[in-house]
Amino acid sequence: MNDSPLVQLTLARMREFYREPEAVFWVFGFPIVLAFALGIAFRNRGPEELKVGVLRSPGDSAVAEVLGRSRALTASVLDPEEARLQLRAGRIALLIVPGDPVVYRYDSTRTEGRLARLEADEALQRSAGRGDGERVRDERVTEPGSRYIDFLIPGLLGMNLMGSGLWGVGFSVVQARTKKLLKRFMATPMRRSHYLTSFILSRLVFLFIEVAALIGFGWWIFDVGVRGSFASLAFITILGALSFAGLGMLVASRARTIEAVSGLMNLVMLPMWILSGTFFSYARFPDALQPFVKALPLTALNDALRAVMIDGSSLAQLGAPLAVVAGWGLVSFALALKIFRWR
Amino acid sequence: MSSVPSSPAVPAIRCQGLVKHYADVAAVDGVNLAIETGECFGLLGPNGAGKTTTIEILEGLTLPDAGDVEVLGMRWGRGHSAGDHALRERLGIQLQETQLADKLTVEETVRLFRSFYRNSHTVDEVLTLVELEEKRKAWVAKLSGGQKQRLAVACALVSRPELLFLDEPTTGLDPQSRRQLWEVISRFRAEGGTVVLTTHYMEEAERLCDRVAIMDHGKVIALDSTRRLIASLGAEHVVEFALADGAGGAPDAAELAALPGVRSVRPATDRTALTVTEVHRSVPALMVLLERRGAELSMLATHHATLEDVFVALTGRQLRDE
Repeated sequence: MNDSPLVQLTLARMREFYREPEAVFWVFGFPIVLAFALGIAFRNRGPEELKVGVLRSPGDSAVAEVLGRSRALTASVLDPEEARLQLRAGRIALLIVPGDPVVYRYDSTRTEGRLARLEADEALQRSAGRGDGERVRDERVTEPGSRYIDFLIPGLLGMNLMGSGLWGVGFSVVQARTKKLLKRFMATPMRRSHYLTSFILSRLVFLFIEVAALIGFGWWIFDVGVRGSFASLAFITILGALSFAGLGMLVASRARTIEAVSGLMNLVMLPMWILSGTFFSYARFPDALQPFVKALPLTALNDALRAVMIDGSSLAQLGAPLAVVAGWGLVSFALALKIFRWR
Repeated sequence: MSSVPSSPAVPAIRCQGLVKHYADVAAVDGVNLAIETGECFGLLGPNGAGKTTTIEILEGLTLPDAGDVEVLGMRWGRGHSAGDHALRERLGIQLQETQLADKLTVEETVRLFRSFYRNSHTVDEVLTLVELEEKRKAWVAKLSGGQKQRLAVACALVSRPELLFLDEPTTGLDPQSRRQLWEVISRFRAEGGTVVLTTHYMEEAERLCDRVAIMDHGKVIALDSTRRLIASLGAEHVVEFALADGAGGAPDAAELAALPGVRSVRPATDRTALTVTEVHRSVPALMVLLERRGAELSMLATHHATLEDVFVALTGRQLRDE
């Protein structure tokens, strides 16, 4: 068993990978760093208090007190010069000049300014006796499942499956070719199918670690769960990994130098980084572009991953995107086998 | 498959009329060879003579444009047929430019190659053969040039081959590493193995090979045992001399050829070489001649004739460009 060429080739693949610290970082560490940074940057902030100023003048303290009672505002009484400077620097969003009429001084092009005006006006008018004509209730959407991080983690997973599939396979194949190792293997009775299968097998081993690390991290730090079944998630990630391994094989099938294959990889991956909805929804692209965007393997994979993780969809509901992912894999692999340069 | 000794009636290798063109250059231009079982056969020649193309055609890695190749009584199919696999089981091959994976250990590398063969040496056996036991846990990247080359030979020997192909096995190695590899090859031969190797070191060919084919511009220009090739010069010694600038007139080729014991004269720009049968008679006569001409020596050297001299005699060029 241990002496089987397939086992030995797969072991060699794995050893060459985990003995390369840079590769390990880019596959396992980087997506987690990215998830962490973006998760923090786009976290759902609690309602923040807006700072407003009240110009020092008769009646200022009464106005400040009314404003201070609003949960949305923090008010301070300011001298004219100080008030002017703070308003200009944006440290206060609104300056209120008590009197009749009360004057609101603010930059109407800034969201904070308009918001502070609404909140301050509401507080002042309400204290002057205005009531509600209509009954309303607030409903806040900050629960897990609809936050940016919930959108992001499946996207990062998809992007990572693409990157490690293409790089993991493509880079090793071309390196073996430039070092004439591929030719050396051709001088042995090694079966070509064993060589190619060893890439698939080692990808599957690392795939498990890769997926577990990112999902585990999302769950632990950001409480990102998986609503659908883990079996569905496993199926989709395996399908995705195989598909991108096939694409990697195709990209590497002819290239003779590392530079050439790197260029090809980036050419293949760049459109998907931008278009496939990893970081933001691809719905933002024009309608004319949508059929093309949806035909990309990463778009289909991201859609399927999000459907399972966020919406709890079953595999049966994901026929279309999964067919796109599988199709890309099969066609690439078949083509790669046909045109592969074995030396 | 256990190691069935090849029938002595079947030569290890027979090839007829090999031709291989790259673009418009004829890398191999009509090569015929017959290599016997148990012999060590050398392809000797300068860079670009067609040695590597020839050996890779024999190894079934390059398809010839024309010609017929028979290895251990079998012919190469196209690519990876069952017959090719059966033949590859019986060969050991070391390629000139292979760089083994840097981040695998010696042991892991041998184990990987071993897994491709049905009948093979154990890892321990083959590491003992090439004296790399102490390095078994070392990464390939950490090995010296000589150790890497011995590992490459280990990967070729692991299949218990009947026929071992070595393409410039010692190029770029220091003398000690070179001698270590020669011993590995000699041990393989002592067990009855057949070896085909290419080299541009004539010393290596003289030391290891029973017969040598000298190649130049894709053709075999001489083929015989090393001893007989050297004997074909008609003399066993070479005297080389050069003259100091501006001191008298240099003797011409006819005068030199007339000296006692001189068989041939090869004038070159920086030195003149004489092939001689008896150094003790030719050198004093040369001294007398130069003295009479008032010429002054700047260099005088003698050595036993080598394959290098055979190559120079055949082509008028040095074997190595240095």
